[in-house]
Amino acid sequence: MEDCLAKKMEITVSEAEKRTGRNAMNMQETYTAYLIETRAIESQNEGQCSPVDSLWRRYSEFELLRNYLLVTYPHIVVPPLPEKRADFVWHKLSADNMDPDFVERRRIGLENFLLRVASHPVLCQDKVFYSFLTQEGGWKEMVNETGFQLKADSRLKALNATFRVKNPDKRFTELKHYGDELQSVISHLLRVRARVADRLYGVYKVHGNYGRVFSEWSAIEKEMGDGLQSAGHHMDVYAASIDDILEEEEHYADQLKEYLFYAEALRAVCRKHELMQYDLEMAAQDLTSKKQQCEELATGTVRTFSLKGMTSKLFGQESPEQREAKIKVLEEQIQEGEEQLKSKNLEGRDFVKSAWADIERFKEQKNHDLKEALISYAVMQISMCKKGIQVWTNAKECSSKM
Amino acid sequence: QDPSLAEANSFSPSMPISPSSMINQYKFEDESELKDLFITVDDPESHITAIETFITYRVVTKTSRGEFDSCEYEVRRRYQDFLWLKSKLEEAHPTLIIPPLPEKFVMKGMVERFSDEFIETRRKALHKFLNRIADHPTLTFNEDFKIFLTAQAWELSSHKKQGPGLLSRMGQTVRAVASSVRGGVKNRPEMFTEMNDYVEIFSHKINVLDKIAHRIYKEEREYFNEMKEYGPIHTLWSASEEDIADSLKGVASCIDKCCKATEKRMAGLSENLLPIIHEYVLYSEILMGVLKRRDQIQSELDSKVDALANKKADKDLFSEEIGKLEDKVECANNALKADWDRWKQNMQYDMRSAFTSVADNNLRYYEE
Repeated sequence: MEDCLAKKMEITVSEAEKRTGRNAMNMQETYTAYLIETRAIESQNEGQCSPVDSLWRRYSEFELLRNYLLVTYPHIVVPPLPEKRADFVWHKLSADNMDPDFVERRRIGLENFLLRVASHPVLCQDKVFYSFLTQEGGWKEMVNETGFQLKADSRLKALNATFRVKNPDKRFTELKHYGDELQSVISHLLRVRARVADRLYGVYKVHGNYGRVFSEWSAIEKEMGDGLQSAGHHMDVYAASIDDILEEEEHYADQLKEYLFYAEALRAVCRKHELMQYDLEMAAQDLTSKKQQCEELATGTVRTFSLKGMTSKLFGQESPEQREAKIKVLEEQIQEGEEQLKSKNLEGRDFVKSAWADIERFKEQKNHDLKEALISYAVMQISMCKKGIQVWTNAKECSSKM
Repeated sequence: QDPSLAEANSFSPSMPISPSSMINQYKFEDESELKDLFITVDDPESHITAIETFITYRVVTKTSRGEFDSCEYEVRRRYQDFLWLKSKLEEAHPTLIIPPLPEKFVMKGMVERFSDEFIETRRKALHKFLNRIADHPTLTFNEDFKIFLTAQAWELSSHKKQGPGLLSRMGQTVRAVASSVRGGVKNRPEMFTEMNDYVEIFSHKINVLDKIAHRIYKEEREYFNEMKEYGPIHTLWSASEEDIADSLKGVASCIDKCCKATEKRMAGLSENLLPIIHEYVLYSEILMGVLKRRDQIQSELDSKVDALANKKADKDLFSEEIGKLEDKVECANNALKADWDRWKQNMQYDMRSAFTSVADNNLRYYEE
């Protein structure tokens, strides 16, 4: 990562703000805008602090940027955006997009996205990305002017290719399966985790009821009163502690979610490969059939069934001049076809090579990130248990003084 | 010595006669050093007859007391027999706090009448019941109690048929209801009003505690159910991975360990805390009953005093009756007070150990 942007520039998404405006249909809407701050990293020796540039962007602009990157670099596993709507929520967490906790987590997710793009060896050099970070006005128009939407493959075409391709590279087929498995297992995990969090919340909070009863009970007891009262206090502490614990866990869930969405990006690269391969196979097939047609016309033998053959049988053969003309056209087409095939082959091979390089890079990143996430989850659990031990040790002391 | 005083003591023949020694009788003794009666309740067996199906429990008694002919007894008793014992004790000692019996039926929950869980819970409660009586300084010497522990089945049936019949017991109940309808007693000593207030609040709080404890158990169970699914997902995931497969498997096994620890915690709750809280819920009802009976005894005295003040005839006869009643009231009051103090000490001890053990359980859970 020698020359990536992240090393030259500090990027943060520092604030989020609610805005109201008018949308495309001239209806009033509320949305959140995010402040992107950038600052060039000067070398230590100069001792200067360069000024901070900033501009506001909303989520839809991030989406536009990502779509542009997806189309322009189909061989790259493009980092995902944080989720559009709150998913996998457990009941105490709000599913509302305007909820401050959700906005905060999204802010962090957007910053993470920008940093990932900025540290990617290929993506960080993109001009559109750079303008996204630095050019306040007219960025949207600029993106649209690149005409990237035209280059986008239709979904239908991609689906068709997936079913009909005959010889895709085995590695990509395996990768696609892996992407499917990863997506399915992470979404299952997130769902269960949300349910577990819900239940854990219940256990902790009910203990809070002890606090009130103990307090009321202690009023009528002489000797037991103090013990009861302080035990009750510790129960309140216990019940309150779950809020922080679960909030920390949300960050862990977000880390997993990123890779859930990454799985989709992996699949996109595989689809592109299938599309290219299918294109190639179709072109080769077309070339072969044209060559055959040419041969048939030249030698007069009909080897394959064709409508032309049938009609000529029914309505009589064509004149030699007509045949010559046809052969000429076909020969031109064959030549074109062979050149196209050659370049498609080259394209295909290049794609496979560069895609696979990025995939290897991605795999390493994924293993590293997930391992760290799992470790931090374990650390969280240990800290939760330590807190539990402390509270119950205190409660035990109070109980034994009852 | 006044023979009429002996009549007043007809409740329990083995009690000494003079008032002062009666009061001393109720002083709290340190029984743990002097324990000479050991009782266990176990081995439930079901019996099927043409009319009904019922369960009997084996009651084993080991003792070094002289009043017992042998030092070991083994009998079988059914729930009805325990009910009989309890009502005899209440009759004999209306203002002593008789320990609670497990309920006849369980209203809430789908516990079938003869499910293993139900039988085991009942067995433990019956065991507790007999031991509490054995530890009580007065009740432990009750004759009916002795017969309960030692008599063979046919002996017990024939003994049950003696004694005040159903009608007289009904009479007592009617009077009790009547006196409670009349509202509070006029000359109730301050101490007992305080007790009444205490019991009201205590009863409310212990019922709330009961609900909370059950709710916690339920939440822990739901948590456990979800956790059971959580671990295996990580194992499933590890199958698709190479580098991080080991980390994932590690997480899976840790989560499974947490599951086991949760199970232990739940078991601790249901064995230690829930039964004790439940017992004290029943105790609070018993306390209210005891206080009412005391009131009732006092109001008998009061109404006789009023009658005397109004009639002025047969003064001597009345004043003798009143004298008896006054003694009765004083006995009742003292009995209750002493027993009350004892009960409170026990309650304190029980609660202390129950909550301490909950705390211990939780500590163990978090340490694991």
